[in-house]
Amino acid sequence: MERITEEQIRHVAELARLELKDEEIRHFGEQLDKIIDAAQQLNELDTENIAPTSHVLDVRNVLRDDEVKPSLPREEALKNAPDQQDGQIRVPSILE
Amino acid sequence: MEAFEYSLKELQQQLHSGETTVENLVNLSFSRIEEVDDQVGAFLRLDKERAVERARELDRQLKQDEISAQDALFGLPVGVKDNIVTKGLVTTCASQMLKNFEPVHDATVVEKLRDAGTVTVGKLNMDEFAMGSSNENSGYKLCRNPWNLDHVPGGSSGGSAAAVAAGEVPFSLGSDTGGSIREPAAYCGVVGMKPTYGRVSRFGLVAFASSLDQIGPITRSVEDNALVMQHIAGFDERDSTSADMDVPDFLAGLTGDIKGMKIAVPKEYLGEGVDKGVREKVQEALQLLKELGAEYEEVSLPHSKYALAAYYVLASSEASANLARFDGIRYGVRKTEDNLLDTYKKSRSDGFGDEVKRRIMLGTFALSSGYYDAYYKKAQRVRTLIKEDFEDLFLQYDVVIGPTSPTTAFKIGEAVDDPMTMYANDILTIPMNLAGVPAISIPCGLSEDMPVGLQIIGRHFDEATVYKVAHAYEKAASHNARPQFKGGAQA
Amino acid sequence: MSYETIIGLEVHVELKTNSKIFCSCSTEFGAPANTHTCPICLGHPGVLPVLNRQAVDFAMKASMALNCDIAERTKFDRKNYFYPDNPKAYQISQFDEPIGENGWIDIEVNGEKKRIGITRLHLEEDAGKLTHLEGEGHSLVDYNRVGTPLVEIVSEPDIRTPEEAYAYLEKLKAIMQYTEVSDCKMEEGSLRCDANISIRPVGQEKFGTKAELKNLNSFTHVQKGLEYEETRQREEVENGGEILQETRRWDEQAKKTILMRVKEGSDDYRYFPDPDLVNLYIDKEWKERVEATIPELPDARKDRYMKKYDLPAYDAGVLTQQKAMSDFFEQGLALGGPAKPLSNWLMGEVNAYLNQHDKDIQDVPLTPKALVDMIALIEKGTISSKIAKQVFKELIENGGEAEAIVEEKGLVQISDEGAVRSMVNDALDQNEQSVEDYKNGKGKAIGFLVGQVMKASKGKANPQLVNELLKEEIDKR
Repeated sequence: MERITEEQIRHVAELARLELKDEEIRHFGEQLDKIIDAAQQLNELDTENIAPTSHVLDVRNVLRDDEVKPSLPREEALKNAPDQQDGQIRVPSILE
Repeated sequence: MEAFEYSLKELQQQLHSGETTVENLVNLSFSRIEEVDDQVGAFLRLDKERAVERARELDRQLKQDEISAQDALFGLPVGVKDNIVTKGLVTTCASQMLKNFEPVHDATVVEKLRDAGTVTVGKLNMDEFAMGSSNENSGYKLCRNPWNLDHVPGGSSGGSAAAVAAGEVPFSLGSDTGGSIREPAAYCGVVGMKPTYGRVSRFGLVAFASSLDQIGPITRSVEDNALVMQHIAGFDERDSTSADMDVPDFLAGLTGDIKGMKIAVPKEYLGEGVDKGVREKVQEALQLLKELGAEYEEVSLPHSKYALAAYYVLASSEASANLARFDGIRYGVRKTEDNLLDTYKKSRSDGFGDEVKRRIMLGTFALSSGYYDAYYKKAQRVRTLIKEDFEDLFLQYDVVIGPTSPTTAFKIGEAVDDPMTMYANDILTIPMNLAGVPAISIPCGLSEDMPVGLQIIGRHFDEATVYKVAHAYEKAASHNARPQFKGGAQA
Repeated sequence: MSYETIIGLEVHVELKTNSKIFCSCSTEFGAPANTHTCPICLGHPGVLPVLNRQAVDFAMKASMALNCDIAERTKFDRKNYFYPDNPKAYQISQFDEPIGENGWIDIEVNGEKKRIGITRLHLEEDAGKLTHLEGEGHSLVDYNRVGTPLVEIVSEPDIRTPEEAYAYLEKLKAIMQYTEVSDCKMEEGSLRCDANISIRPVGQEKFGTKAELKNLNSFTHVQKGLEYEETRQREEVENGGEILQETRRWDEQAKKTILMRVKEGSDDYRYFPDPDLVNLYIDKEWKERVEATIPELPDARKDRYMKKYDLPAYDAGVLTQQKAMSDFFEQGLALGGPAKPLSNWLMGEVNAYLNQHDKDIQDVPLTPKALVDMIALIEKGTISSKIAKQVFKELIENGGEAEAIVEEKGLVQISDEGAVRSMVNDALDQNEQSVEDYKNGKGKAIGFLVGQVMKASKGKANPQLVNELLKEEIDKR
């Protein structure tokens, strides 16, 4: 690995909430390294004075009026929940 | 005789003349699916009961003359890519993560099609979360190319293209982030359009890369395609990035007359890495267009070679955020562990396939502290250059033409696990997503018995010209080969 | 060595829109769990946000009232982090192009004015509400609050004492209430505050390592937490210890701050522009339209009260601290109430009652009209100041009209000379010793006699008249 260290891969996996086995760390590491290597190619271009494009069309100021519309019935809102209790979604403890 | 040899217009006439019924068309679709889909694997899920029920209701409306001849899609069966949400019909994005997810609303395009009178028969196979070019990344099953079952149908809308090619449905919806409609359309010998970014509402399309994603139709002919586009295009107040612009009459331009039309052919699109057979078919197509009165010239899109890297950085970055919501908390599959952190990790690691994880990793890295400017921001700047390349060309030319893919459909298993080789497949389709311009893939003959796709690219919001040129070519070339379901020794 | 304290505050204020910032669900507080949600705020696959115009207008209005520059172009970014109350696993916020920047507000502590800089004000969406179930190993999530529009207001590190922090918060809250962008109810979470605090030797330019204080449920807790932390940090340094970059919370019962976690480096939120939302361009017309909606702010009102009504600075300050109180005063004036007595009643009896019962003026049934009428009754001599206190108690506890109460309870002052004279003579007859004392030059005795008459009249006798007649009748004896 050149561009990206194993430690970085572990850090990135942690940020992305992915649990990777050691062999996956190595495997993804090698592949990411290749992709990142290819991305280095972009540095050939001088983009100093080029504005970044985050929207390909120049659409501006799309706004809606402050009007309340009906929400989902609670059963619908919770229909897909893996675990629920008392009309709320139940999750493993947020406290360590 | 395949079920859907007729154009959408002809099917419509048959419905109105009483030659057929909606229920009959829907049943034709299901029986064809039963006949071939074990081999093809285009559908992940059927919605048979509701489809038949709806067909009967539509037939009743038809009988009572509640339908006008203007409802050009009335009564037609459609397949919908599984990353477009359908109320009450499980929508998985071909991911195990969402295997039980039942949307509580319909995507805007699904509403529009329903308003137009179509009948959704089921959800179509794809690469998981639309990440892939071969449909081999489906979390459920392989999808095969109806021309040769040993070959991939392309991706990520592999199911959408294969289902139309195999005659299972007369048309389908796909989505295209870096070629995901056009490449499978090319590989399966059908017509696939990626409209201008903003032309079709993304509301209800499960986002892969929000600044690149567009929904579009896959059909057997250009005319059919224009007809479907006519119904799904337009501003949607639920999508801030959809364009508040009138939708022109796409069919009106399908005159066959392209005299004086100026075509640009970027030399980068016919250079190294493009198969000889593909190049020949595209050159033949250009020759034919010339005979029809158009002019073409070789031009250059100098930043083409940077598109791939820029695309993978941008698309993966957006994806890393878009796919973060799949955490097993509110919906989808949760793998419960003792604590929250491990629950997140286990749910996500079990739910996502390798390609998805790879792109999430890449995107997370590209956005992370210390790398953002070097990768993400740099790629955004390069995107500007690529967009400007097209803008420059369109000052002088009406359309840009090249192949859709450097190769025809490759064999299943051939390219998997070498991401860079796999990604290189998209090299001819990615620039259009980066630039936001509309592009269609239409069949332009066979190379070694496999379809070759011709790509026609237009100005922003000028799908009409793209359709016009595509239609003129299609009529003049009249390719009429049909998929042969070769290979796949008892797939 | 002497140390200097550096404080910066981050305040989150929920905006008073009807619907959420990116969807049309209601923002109403207190609905049953998960009844104000939709696919958009639940972060379902495929949904997209559409920005609420009113939220932008409110954020602009708040920025202007805090003297910020308004961005000509602004955008929204995704702040990525996983937490069960954050449905998309990213919060839509503003990273490097906030709506407002470079503002300030003036505060006053112990009669001294000071200007506190405001670094930025940005618009974002609120998170859901998590409840931890003690001892059960899990938590519950209610998504009603998700998507409520919030502004985050970050101060410059200009604050030097906990008292200044308190004054800053009071002023900020007043401005938010005056502009009517938020109701700022800390108990409902519509105003929340985090504080950063560090110390440095006087004269040193470099900032010390800061601690972040969370879980500050009232302005008083902010002040107490900062006071505790100031001392803790100083002692730590003086004992040769090192200040770590920590997150601490205020524990009201223990009266101290408690370590939550030590931060290593900075959080990596991977901000990037949200591709689902388009850029906002704010032009002159838009700014003018919002600017026109900004009412007179507390400082201007205070000045006006001092100049026009001749109120003392302190009184004008107290009256304008809360919009509701100031509005009460304004309504009283509009009904023809006299400024000084009105102010005195509000500053005195009204505030004393509110403080004692931990209420705000809008929580009691007393109306400006009732108070003004009551003051008029005093001035006309219909009731005495003493009786007025009884009437006031009734008005602030149970509401109603002043005159009706006075009549109903028979509280009208007795000013009939004959009646009072007879009461006076009764008192003189019964207290001959006091009469004697008075005549022998013990002036104090008159007070006792007045008291006796008032007592006999159940407080209703006109005290002035009682005084007069007492002297007359004593002289006769």
